Amino acid sequence: MKSVLTPLQSWASLDTWIIVIGALAAMACALPGCFLLLRRQSLMGDAISHTSLLGIVAAFFVSHWLVETNVISPATELSVRHVAMCLGAVIVGVLSAWMTESLQKFGNVESSAALGVVFTSLFALGLLLIRAVADDVHIDPDCVLYGAIEMAPLETFGTSGIPRAVVVNGVVLTINLLLTVVLFKELRLSAFDPALATTQGIPAHVMHYGLMGVTAMTLVAAFESVGSILVIAMLIIPPATAYLLTDRLPRMIGLSLLIGALSSVIGHVSALTLPPLIARSVGIPDVHDASTAGMMAAAAGFLFVTAMLLGPKYGLVSRIWHRLLLKLRIAGEDVLGGLYRFEESAPAPADLSLATERAAWLRSLTTQSWLARLATWVLLRRRWLIGSGSEVRLTDTGREAARTLVRSHRLWESFLAKHFVLGTGRFHESAEQVEHFLDRDLLAELDQDLDRPGVDPHGRAIPN
Amino acid sequence: MNESPVIDHEAMQEPQIRLVAVGATESEPVSPLLIEDVTVAYHHRPVLWNIDYQAPSGKLIAIVGPNGSGKTTLIKATLDLVPRAAGQVLIFGEPYRQQRHRVGYVPQRTSVDWDFPVSALDVVAMGMYRKIGWLRPVSRKYREAAKQALDRVGMVDFASRQINQLSGGQQQRVFLARALAQNADLYFMDEPFAGVDAATERAIVDILRQLRESGKTVIVVHHDLQTVHEYFDEVVLLNMRLIAAGPTAEVFTPDNLRKTYGGKLALLDQLGEKMAQPRSR
Repeated sequence: MKSVLTPLQSWASLDTWIIVIGALAAMACALPGCFLLLRRQSLMGDAISHTSLLGIVAAFFVSHWLVETNVISPATELSVRHVAMCLGAVIVGVLSAWMTESLQKFGNVESSAALGVVFTSLFALGLLLIRAVADDVHIDPDCVLYGAIEMAPLETFGTSGIPRAVVVNGVVLTINLLLTVVLFKELRLSAFDPALATTQGIPAHVMHYGLMGVTAMTLVAAFESVGSILVIAMLIIPPATAYLLTDRLPRMIGLSLLIGALSSVIGHVSALTLPPLIARSVGIPDVHDASTAGMMAAAAGFLFVTAMLLGPKYGLVSRIWHRLLLKLRIAGEDVLGGLYRFEESAPAPADLSLATERAAWLRSLTTQSWLARLATWVLLRRRWLIGSGSEVRLTDTGREAARTLVRSHRLWESFLAKHFVLGTGRFHESAEQVEHFLDRDLLAELDQDLDRPGVDPHGRAIPN
Repeated sequence: MNESPVIDHEAMQEPQIRLVAVGATESEPVSPLLIEDVTVAYHHRPVLWNIDYQAPSGKLIAIVGPNGSGKTTLIKATLDLVPRAAGQVLIFGEPYRQQRHRVGYVPQRTSVDWDFPVSALDVVAMGMYRKIGWLRPVSRKYREAAKQALDRVGMVDFASRQINQLSGGQQQRVFLARALAQNADLYFMDEPFAGVDAATERAIVDILRQLRESGKTVIVVHHDLQTVHEYFDEVVLLNMRLIAAGPTAEVFTPDNLRKTYGGKLALLDQLGEKMAQPRSR
């Protein structure tokens, strides 16, 4: 029986480099991604990643032309081309943002439609140009779309043995980090309130186009090594995941970096281990690994779903848990309130019929609702109740809590009676709900509004 | 001998102001806001026509008019947030660009995303970014100032709350605190009373009066006609054109209100439409 981890035994420095490249690219993308997400322009990144193809092709044209006209030697062509590609992508990126905005303003087209028109047109133009020059220059559209992160470590930087992709993405990440730290306050304000930013002397439109330019540069640097599909995933998913986990922008940015890096690690490891496992279980023994880029995007998606389910504040599980706790508290308070009312009507425990009634009430309560049973158990453990079964009684602390609850109930009924026209039955219904949510301040306010009433509309005393 | 330094200061500043003051007469101080023949158009369709207005200093001024009458546009055109097709605006005698630091702006509450991951204190500090300067972090001094501004609107206990955990009224107070933190001389507030509870409305009115007492001018887009007399010294009645402007007692009359809210709108609106599509005539 082969272990799941068997493929990891052949771990090589190549694998480490793949993870490093993936992590650097993901982190570089996450930084502009956070601000795009907050400006609700996540799809702008998607659009730019497509339109920048036009910039890349144009860069090929230019560098090719420079060699033909002997301005530069063929030896330096490659490095010139890389710089030109970055520049071309930035220019086209800013251009597509500007065109989208102009189309929206002057063409009276809705923003997402304008975006759709601009990015498909420019992308198509880029593809056309590739076809037109395919014989002259070597550029592979597949490589641009899907990337080849597995091959990226093989192309090293000079003789250092460090992959070029590590250097490129590392430099971009450093630039983005510096920009984010230095311009943090300006970026935040122009994303949150562009009008105020402008009145504060921070030109919001300059920040907007700057962000688009940086996004384009980041995308080009990253998708040369990891492909544009992974890049789009890394631009959107880590920031979206971090957004679910925190209420503060600095923390959100930090978390998105962490999630990006984590996606890279999880992605590559599962690209090595999961496919053989899954393939074997369906009877195909020969599958060894899967596309790392695809797995990284899937890992980011997995982390997003995890955050959505398990996030501490907005997660589905925590929301269900809090609702359960609330229900439990309400059930417990209903038990306390009920017991208090029985105590009220029978100061001495001698009244037998009342005692029977009380026991029956408790029995029906705990047999009908598991919440009431659980709540009673919790109250017994906290020593707000004492005794067992249908014989439970309030302790002093329990009575204190119950008194506040009954007070809330009756004050609310009096408040309703004073200010609203309602059938008598309705008072009780409403108060049954509201009694659980009135805090000390609201109670004081109610009491004042009602001139400290001694009794409720039914003539029962309001406890203090 | 008994001249206070304050008077000295004024004497020093006055000649400068007079040089650039266009609308102010010799004896009056320069107006905080002078709007001259301003016209604004969206898609070739005029939404404000030839607006002339000179705001008096140290008053609470309401801009009143029906929906779509260009109240918000007037403020935005004043602050260079939308382009003017014609006309000029002078803030304390100079173009807005040179006087930005003296102008506070409270946009409509719905103009921002309240799910944005910032705290109430962060938002208030945003009002001081100009003072803090580019590339500098918000230092402790400014956070303290932001806290004081929150205290003035009774929101200091909510300083570290994320802004979507605040009620509508509380959000409006945070916006107001942000404007206070700016410590401007002229304030523009776009519907600060929209959708707030009675307590917040009282708090806002108190703040407005405090601002007036310290010599500030506050221009407020206001919707509730019932409270205009109680809250404001001056009224600007607007419906694409300036209907009337001046002290509330003189200007806020049933006759003017009828003009502002009455049939005139339909006519101007129709004309605007014709101008937007000249060929379809």
